[in-house]
Amino acid sequence: MKDRVAYFGIFTALALIFSYVETLIPISFGIPGVKLGLANLIIVIVLYKTALKDACMLSVVRVLLAGFLFGNYFSIIYSLAGALLSLFVMAMLKKAGGFSVIGVSIAGGVSHNIGQLIVAMLVVETFQVAYYVPVLLTAGLITGCVIGILAQEMLRRLLHWRIGS
Amino acid sequence: MKLELKKFNLKEKIDLQRKDWVLIAIIIFVAGLALLLHEFIGGKGAGCVTVKVEGKIEGVYSLAKDRVIEINDGTNILEIRNGTADVTGADCPDKLCVNQKAISKNGESIICLPNKVVVTVDSSENSEFDAVAQ
Repeated sequence: MKDRVAYFGIFTALALIFSYVETLIPISFGIPGVKLGLANLIIVIVLYKTALKDACMLSVVRVLLAGFLFGNYFSIIYSLAGALLSLFVMAMLKKAGGFSVIGVSIAGGVSHNIGQLIVAMLVVETFQVAYYVPVLLTAGLITGCVIGILAQEMLRRLLHWRIGS
Repeated sequence: MKLELKKFNLKEKIDLQRKDWVLIAIIIFVAGLALLLHEFIGGKGAGCVTVKVEGKIEGVYSLAKDRVIEINDGTNILEIRNGTADVTGADCPDKLCVNQKAISKNGESIICLPNKVVVTVDSSENSEFDAVAQ
């Protein structure tokens, strides 16, 4: 139990730091709203290394903390929608089997963007944002791929690492 | 209570699997399809822009006439120039709407989420609103 609390704290801190580092990197890809999603790297690692409910909990805590620290009321709602849909899709694909970490991460990146787009549609009560879909899909594909490769390399090095032992 | 341990099988999942490629192909296909649909439906031509605040139409302005409009009591500044509409000023912290490029094609829009402002290009057919707005 003590281990669990400690590891959860470490993962939360890591995810939060990645969120912060991301605000420091001035990469904008030329498209508003698109970012790398470094914190998602921690979520993917936790998803593969522990149970889904831990990843879910971590994801919500991370979004709330990062939102209060670096964002605002709106960014929390969008991030939460994206993060939860992303986690749900990733967990489904992982359970379905046959997908590599990179594939799971790509699905996560794309669904993260789709979740945010859906909330944006609901908030502004318009469906005209649909033209943004190709941009978001491509961006999710690329960022998900980068995060997936990083996650795979990390998981390879953490192969013998066990939580709670 | 210890954390549940899931063994990560390295040998099995080291490279992209067949299903990964299928997933990537589907994403690219859908993205391409959405892009084609947008290009096909959203034809070029001078129409007018509809300004909505919280889902309610605040004004409809012609793209043919250059002008500067204050939306929502000045929270956002909309500039119409050379048949394109562009948000050039906003009081929101992120300035995403300002950074978006100018719009001119049918269906394109600029959105400011914090102020709930949506600027959309419509076809030129319903330009009777134009007279009212001017």
